[in-house]
Amino acid sequence: MCGIAGLIHRKGTGDIGREMTAMLQSLKHRGPDSTGYALYGEPKGEELVLRFKVAEQEDMAKGFDIHRQVTERKQKVDGRIVELGGKILEEDLATEYAYRYRIAFSGDLRKLANYIEDVEGAEILSIGHGLELIKDLGDAKRVSEQYALPGFNGTHAIGHTRMATESDVDIRSAHPYWAYPFADVSVVHNGQLTNYWKGRREMERRGHRFMSNCDSELIAVYLADRMQQGAALEDAMKDSIDRLDGVFTYLVATADKLGMAKDVMAAKPMVLYESDKFIALASEEVAIRSIFPHEIDTVDPYEGEVRVWSSNA
Amino acid sequence: MHTEQLAGRTQQRFFSPEEEENFLSPGAFDVDYNKRTELDCAKLSVQAINLKLRDLMAKGYGTIVLKNPGAKHGIAVGILNRLQLYIEGSLGYFGCGLIDGPNIRIKGRVGWSCAENMMSGTLVVAKNAGSTFGAALRGGDLVCMGDVGARMGIDMKGGTIIVGGRCGAFCGFMMQRGRMVILGDAGKNLGDSMYDGTIYVGGKIAGLGVDAVPGEMTDLDAQWLERKLKMYGLAAPKGVKNLTKIVAGKQLWNYDNLEPAEKKIVL
Repeated sequence: MCGIAGLIHRKGTGDIGREMTAMLQSLKHRGPDSTGYALYGEPKGEELVLRFKVAEQEDMAKGFDIHRQVTERKQKVDGRIVELGGKILEEDLATEYAYRYRIAFSGDLRKLANYIEDVEGAEILSIGHGLELIKDLGDAKRVSEQYALPGFNGTHAIGHTRMATESDVDIRSAHPYWAYPFADVSVVHNGQLTNYWKGRREMERRGHRFMSNCDSELIAVYLADRMQQGAALEDAMKDSIDRLDGVFTYLVATADKLGMAKDVMAAKPMVLYESDKFIALASEEVAIRSIFPHEIDTVDPYEGEVRVWSSNA
Repeated sequence: MHTEQLAGRTQQRFFSPEEEENFLSPGAFDVDYNKRTELDCAKLSVQAINLKLRDLMAKGYGTIVLKNPGAKHGIAVGILNRLQLYIEGSLGYFGCGLIDGPNIRIKGRVGWSCAENMMSGTLVVAKNAGSTFGAALRGGDLVCMGDVGARMGIDMKGGTIIVGGRCGAFCGFMMQRGRMVILGDAGKNLGDSMYDGTIYVGGKIAGLGVDAVPGEMTDLDAQWLERKLKMYGLAAPKGVKNLTKIVAGKQLWNYDNLEPAEKKIVL
């Protein structure tokens, strides 16, 4: 089933870590397997935030040598960042297997991503000036506590509670997906794409890589591909309505924008609250109510609808 | 009890709150409209809210006000008796499903599948409604003053749905009986695969579904529409005679015909 949520402060910032946790926790019944966040903090100049992992959570409980392997993998990643001309400014060990780095890097992001992911077990969750992508097994409360998300100040966020249906219960298959290799682009999705394999093969032929077998990853890669060709976010999303087959509602976020798209059957739910200062979207209104206890007006977006909001307007 | 003149075995029976026979279902309570109470739902679970409602009805309360429903799902389902229920806020999914008799007024918005399988009574939503509003409706009046999502009245078998605003795609999908009035625009594939029933639209229709065709507006249609819309303080922007009427265009050779064996039993 899965639940998705998004929010954007249109003029200013807020504690998006706490707000998104409240929304996702109220959607727990739609998917208790894993929870993910794409949080957009205020960009700090040219610095990049790199979120990556070198093992799955379940790997840590098996294999007698895993702790040494994890340490070695991390050291390899560190070496490769430096080798490509990057500089690690700050390290934050969110868990033993997942890390948050602040780095200085002005080279080719795709090359950096590919080189890091060439290390066994390594997967980049996100690279961005503002984007920080966090996902792990368990509900929002658990993930939020594990990664110390309350107090995360920022402009906008998207999130996902996953009920695994067609791929494994692991971090790799959890949402959101970073739109590799585009900095600051992430996607969450509720639904099922019926032309996933066809679309994936097409994208792979164009040089894109997939880290999971989850159909939602195709949306991120598709949007990245369209934007790489010069399409604006909204145009890429409108194209996706025709190109992606199946039932879906998805949210996409970039450095300063939040967008939503709904398939032509309108078969997956989405509720929208819109005001001059704040936009909130969720699979169920109860999620929006978790941050707005007072009475508000909400609507269901219609079939084939694409909307994009900016944090600057 | 009065009976609409329809052919075949599908004669539609209308609910009358004055007739005691309507309150004999198991789970139905004999309530007094003059006994009024309020229930604050803010800190209650869905199960607790519904159990409390049953408890209040069992004690004879006929007018109940639900405060702070907080868009919770599945509130006020399975009410099988007359009741004046006022909901001061919004409901989540599957609100007021399987009801048979109550008059419900909702100040806020409702999520997906509100009043699914409603048998009788009235339900009026002051704001917007999500998709599958009135799915499999059997009877009663279901009214949304605002806009409604997709697949409204899917598989409806009776009753009336009225929408003050617009509606999404696939409304009236596989509609079998009843009437649907949309005062605003209607989405694509309206009335797709409808077997019977009537849809009236005040605005633009994005597209008709398979088997849905324009029908001829009659004086009887106009009279019924005037009366029904007036009941809920609504009016067609350009007058009821300018509504577009949509009916089923398919030829159903055996839809209203009884099988020989059934004829024996019925006769």
